[in-house]
Amino acid sequence: MHETHFGSPRSRVDGPLKVTGAAPYAGEFTAPDLAHGYVVSSAIAKGRITRIDTKDALAVPGVVQVFTHENRPRTAFRSNAYQDEVAPPGKPFRALYDETIVYSGQPVALVVAEDFEIARYAASLVRVTYEAEAHETDLEKVQAKAYVPPVKRQGISPPPKPRGDSEAAFGASPVTVEAGYRIAVEHHNPMEPHATTVVWEGDERITVHDKIQGAQNSQSYITAVFGLPQKDVRVVSPFIGGAFGSGLRPQYQLFLAVMAALELKRSVRVVLTRDQMFTMGYRPDGLQNVALGANQDATLQSIRHDLIANTSTFEDYQEATVNWSAMLYHCDNVTTTHKLAKTDLYTPADMRAPGAPTGLFAMESAMDELAHKLGVDPVTLRLRNYADIDESTNKYHTSKELRAAYQLGAERFGWSKRNPKPRSMKEGRELIGWGMASGAWEAQMAQTSARATLTADGRLEVACATADVGTGTYTILTQIAADALGLPMEKVTTKLGDSSLPKSPVEGGSWTAASAGSAVELACHKVRETLFKSARGLDHSPLANADIERVTFHGERIALVSDSSRFVTLADALKAAGVEKIEAEETASPSKLTQMRYNSFTHSAVFVEVRVDEELGQVRVTRIVDAVAAGRIINPKTARSQIMGGVVFGIGMALHEESMPDHNLGRFMNHNLAEYHVPVNADVHDIEVIFVEEHDTLTSPLGVKGLGEIGIVGTAAAIANAVFHATGKRIRELPITIDKVIGTAEAA
Amino acid sequence: MADLDLPSRQGFAPDAALPTGLPGEIPLTITINGERRDLHVRPWTTLLDLLREDLHLYGTKKGCDHGQCGACTVLVDGQRINSCLSLAVSRDGCEVTTIEGLAAPDGALHPMQQAFIEHDAFQCGYCTPGQICSAVGLVKEGHAHSAEEIREGMSGNLCRCGAYTNIVDAIGDMLAQETSQEAAK
Repeated sequence: MHETHFGSPRSRVDGPLKVTGAAPYAGEFTAPDLAHGYVVSSAIAKGRITRIDTKDALAVPGVVQVFTHENRPRTAFRSNAYQDEVAPPGKPFRALYDETIVYSGQPVALVVAEDFEIARYAASLVRVTYEAEAHETDLEKVQAKAYVPPVKRQGISPPPKPRGDSEAAFGASPVTVEAGYRIAVEHHNPMEPHATTVVWEGDERITVHDKIQGAQNSQSYITAVFGLPQKDVRVVSPFIGGAFGSGLRPQYQLFLAVMAALELKRSVRVVLTRDQMFTMGYRPDGLQNVALGANQDATLQSIRHDLIANTSTFEDYQEATVNWSAMLYHCDNVTTTHKLAKTDLYTPADMRAPGAPTGLFAMESAMDELAHKLGVDPVTLRLRNYADIDESTNKYHTSKELRAAYQLGAERFGWSKRNPKPRSMKEGRELIGWGMASGAWEAQMAQTSARATLTADGRLEVACATADVGTGTYTILTQIAADALGLPMEKVTTKLGDSSLPKSPVEGGSWTAASAGSAVELACHKVRETLFKSARGLDHSPLANADIERVTFHGERIALVSDSSRFVTLADALKAAGVEKIEAEETASPSKLTQMRYNSFTHSAVFVEVRVDEELGQVRVTRIVDAVAAGRIINPKTARSQIMGGVVFGIGMALHEESMPDHNLGRFMNHNLAEYHVPVNADVHDIEVIFVEEHDTLTSPLGVKGLGEIGIVGTAAAIANAVFHATGKRIRELPITIDKVIGTAEAA
Repeated sequence: MADLDLPSRQGFAPDAALPTGLPGEIPLTITINGERRDLHVRPWTTLLDLLREDLHLYGTKKGCDHGQCGACTVLVDGQRINSCLSLAVSRDGCEVTTIEGLAAPDGALHPMQQAFIEHDAFQCGYCTPGQICSAVGLVKEGHAHSAEEIREGMSGNLCRCGAYTNIVDAIGDMLAQETSQEAAK
């Protein structure tokens, strides 16, 4: 067998562009006569604008216009025109729509000027007078008004129906644990702030460079909101400086930039500031309660997991948070609930593995508490309650190698040497703790199209509208395409992030590799068939009697599998075809039949070592082994990076990230990267990623299950469990900051 | 304050010379990536905004504009600085190297750029120019000898994709090469 690109470590094909600074991001496209917009944000959380004075701002030389709700151009009247591809049920926020203020930080004006500095200065001169109303941003205060969302969010499974009688079983269980858990609100904070550059092409046509995880999502939003025909709006976003979910929905700077460009008939760029990155979606606040009951033999008898999460006053944001507790373990009596309570904040947004690391922080912490109470090893407890099918839906798994993940992860980590007793390990002034947790995430495939074009010069281009937000999509699609036609990767170009390319859903949910990858492979196989027919049709073709199953495409040749000396070069086959190019567009769709019978998840087992200085309250995560079962791995190099990135996000969730609200003001106060802590280099030590062998023929034709989210899931829980093992103190509210750690000696 | 007499900057092309002699603008001579530039800049323009908005050297990134993320790191007279915290006028006579100036004139990548690719030390790429400039500065400073010291010395450059361990490996590789070259001498 030839070595394939699929399965081999390959450097990123967009690497040279990125390390030289040549990759253009949304706010870096230029145009002649480009104007710059700067956003003015609301100072109150609720109420209305009684007066907005733009006179001084307009008087600054170089200011082109100041847009407010008083002079904004007309846009679509019906609120459903503003609902993008992944909008939750409700009425989406509309910037500058009217005088009403629904959250602090809401954009209230856009100052457009000849350059960025003038716009920024003039924005400071816009004077807004408000009539404030009483607001409520504190979830604890509104939890009594929690409700089951009447309209389910598309694509998000609501909590499964209860099975058995969890209450009775809990009461009858000899060993029980029950506790509340909470995770601070987190903001995505990709390194690139949200930005949009609209290039005015004349004749009401625009090219839009938007920070978006789906160019076609922004395109359809613009056409619906501004009433433009699709042909006049092209969204081109080849590079996205991280998003982690913040770029799934079009953000308000897109609306503002397009509005200004259309009205002024010139190119406009709007870039948000870092503090304005805290005026959009976030990982929701949630009050979680988990109750577990077990027999002395460590078999689970009862699971109950309840959640009240916040949403905005205008949309019912939902994510699958409690569902994981119903599917991960074998248990006959399970109840999970998910309610929402409205706060005067912006709508929460999907953030890396929305729902899973939060729900599993609660569940996997509770499992650790139960293991401790039962006096069994945490891995043993999980193996004893291993679920072979998804009991929450009674469906089979397409594949589930979680058992192997526990085993391989534990071996690699040296888990068997763990003394179960908390506070049993110490080195110097630091207590050492070992903890573990399980992770799971949906493995999905979504209908996606791709085009493959082989040109007479022997180069192949593959194209799909999906995005590469840093995940490696450019690279893996290049690998798949190169394999399909037996080309070196250098001869393949992958085009992404352009609304004019074949249709794709937003890049998210870990489905892109399976979906876009399958579409690219289908399109390439179509090209392959045409090429093969041409090769077979050559005079005295060495492949004359072969069929396509009996040839390989390798080394730019089509050769017989049985005799590689009998071949036709791609160049000859192309020449014989007598065409400028061979092109095919194909659509890959998930199998409905498979989806009816099976559920598909990726799984992980995370093992963590922490070192805790009790006097300083400092926690260091010194070692992590994350064993991941996620089907076939296309590129072990970028795959490892993706998981490590997820793990680092999990370290942030466990120890650092916290958007701190001031409920008197109704806003997040630490809206900068000095006070909103994300992990820095010194916070990250050894991370080892293991990919467990897993064969999956059902999730996608490629055997791929997706990796974008699974790395974060379980990490925070494993860290919290390790902190308990080190200190004897159970911390149920993340992040585990110094104040919560200090005084652990007393607590033990 | 509304009586600033600022000219329109309409029609700037990336490589056009900046207009000179405008009211309130200050002359500045600065060498950027080996090319001497005689410019006139406003007193409040940061080095970062000069690079990005005026000279269209977008390789240097703006992540926070507050010196908190390191995405704007460039080398000034060989030292790494946050260009968002430095007023352009304060850099008169300085030599600035941005990510665009690290590769050789023939396009051959700087060894640090190559090491970042080989170690997959980035994902989205937005913090990468700053990381690489910072790494080049760190190596030159000569304080970092261990992984621990690299981590510490690189902690001013945030990477939200979480490529830190690969960044440390890439820089470690470079340091090892430097050490073996030193030894060979």
